Amino acid sequence: MSFFEILRSAMRGVTANKLRSVLTLLGVTIGVGSVILLLAVGNGSAQTVQNAIAGLGTNTLTVRASQVGGGGGGGTTTASTAGSSVKTITTAVADQLDSAGLGHVKEVVPQVSTSLTVSSTSTSSTDVSVIGSTAEYFDVSTAKVASGAAFTAADVTTSAKVAVIGSELATTLYPTGSALGQTVSVDGSSFTVVGILAPQSSSGFTDPNTVVIAPITRIQKSYTGYGAVSTLTVLATSSDDVTAAQGEITVMLNQLLGVTDTSDEPFTVTNESSLLETAAASATSFTVLLGAVAAISLLVGGIGVTNVMLVTVTERTREIGIRKALGATRGAILGQFLTEAATLTLLGGVLGVIGAVIGTHWEINGTQPVILGYSIPLALGVSVAIGVFFGVYPAARAARMRPIQALRAI
Amino acid sequence: MTGLEIDRPPVLRLQGIQQVYGTGEASVHALRGIDLDVAQGDYLAIMGPSGSGKSTLMNLLGCLDIASDGVYELAGHDVRSLTERELAKVRNEEIGFVFQSFNLVPRMTALANVELPLIYGGVRRAERRRLALEALDLVGLADRADHQPQQLSGGQQQRVAIARALVTSPTLVLADEPTGNLDSASTEEILSILDSLADAGRTIVIITHEENVAERAHRILTISDGLIIRDTAGVLQ
Repeated sequence: MSFFEILRSAMRGVTANKLRSVLTLLGVTIGVGSVILLLAVGNGSAQTVQNAIAGLGTNTLTVRASQVGGGGGGGTTTASTAGSSVKTITTAVADQLDSAGLGHVKEVVPQVSTSLTVSSTSTSSTDVSVIGSTAEYFDVSTAKVASGAAFTAADVTTSAKVAVIGSELATTLYPTGSALGQTVSVDGSSFTVVGILAPQSSSGFTDPNTVVIAPITRIQKSYTGYGAVSTLTVLATSSDDVTAAQGEITVMLNQLLGVTDTSDEPFTVTNESSLLETAAASATSFTVLLGAVAAISLLVGGIGVTNVMLVTVTERTREIGIRKALGATRGAILGQFLTEAATLTLLGGVLGVIGAVIGTHWEINGTQPVILGYSIPLALGVSVAIGVFFGVYPAARAARMRPIQALRAI
Repeated sequence: MTGLEIDRPPVLRLQGIQQVYGTGEASVHALRGIDLDVAQGDYLAIMGPSGSGKSTLMNLLGCLDIASDGVYELAGHDVRSLTERELAKVRNEEIGFVFQSFNLVPRMTALANVELPLIYGGVRRAERRRLALEALDLVGLADRADHQPQQLSGGQQQRVAIARALVTSPTLVLADEPTGNLDSASTEEILSILDSLADAGRTIVIITHEENVAERAHRILTISDGLIIRDTAGVLQ
């Protein structure tokens, strides 16, 4: 009996009871489809986090003063050292750090921030995050100027009343025309808008599209005073040097601030990418969890196939007897049922793959699924293996029967 | 005529065939020692009350079961010495079965059912179709070739089964109560087909408990309690 004949009789078996075949297929299809789709969702969310890491710039460090409010970077909160001889981080300290010639530090950019009301002639916006920094700010942060230009080092030196504003804030204040070159009033003082930032996705506590960024000297002069700065952004020479830079900054800052007890530093140095690596790791375990849930549904689908094969073989024992009486060998019987089980599960699996591939074109819960390459052969292989394995046993039992035993079966 | 019969080689030769089911106290001797020769072209009816062992004998003759003891030669093969694969080949090529309950494979057309033994015999598709249509024509059902068993009457189903039994041109046609499930009109149809097969020189063994069916055969064997009690072979008809 040729392979083609075996395939034909298997197909006849599959199409003989269409409803049952379709229900079996459905079990396998859902199992295979959910394995591939859920793994793709998990993988997609992991990739989103990884893209966010790449967007952050992996070679920056953030230094936050512990006692000064607005820290909240997830670092340890040290006990207050107020009243001791320890100094606070000021722009002078930042300049000293920058010019200290640390081997792995490229730039140190101080920032002060406050929250103020910003208005144009027609509208105003309250609680806008106002950041004061140097011209290097645009090198170390993800904020990029889309139109106009950033303020310059000269603007910082002269405490110029110029500002770069977020794209959303720009449209809020000047909904009809471009905000570029217009004047905005920050808590009463007028600033000229010299640049507008490119829109960016939020990755922190403030919306990066509604900020005002101005020279640090101007912000200190008009609003925050010349005391402590809120953060220092440190640019390492390369992403591999971030850890080394972190060590150098910590040692140098302790020296400059006169810290004697290093267990009680008045600042924390955080490496933003390490936070996101933790997020990426949790996304991976999320993928594993989703995969496990999906694997259970695949197993249930497989048990469905097993059940159908058992019923089919039992129900058709008489047919097996007839076939044996007509000269079918054990191999021909086994081959027929095996091919039947494999066809059912393979067909169901392929439909599941198609369904999953179509399904990944939609965002699921805000995540664009990305199919994991290995999940397709894995899910297909497991489903066919289950079908064949559990199809073999009843088929082998039936094929071994004496024809007369099989014929007597009802 | 009797002199010629001796010269013909027997298609079937049974010597001391015994069949025992179960073991020990519960064992049942279905056959207690059957000696039988069936010559080429014989039309043999095996009769006996139910439980006499005639179905057991039929299953042994058809290689559907293996005897506990004794020698069974079919067309020169010692059946006991055959492997599983060789047995399948013997069933395919040497024997054509006709069952009481027709035993057509459901959801397959009459033509596909008749083709089935040829598929297992490895006959090519076109040749298979031709032979199957020929066999269906022989039983007068060529126009029902694409009907499924459930669309056919009992008599028609049995005729398809006969076509299936004949399609491989077997050495022996074995019919187990072929008219047991049929009305008298259908019975007559089947019996006349068997008559014409016998006239064409086929070896036929039919199992029945109906006198009128057995009377059509050339030789009647009566079995009781696992032994042959009467054999009309050699008796003038």
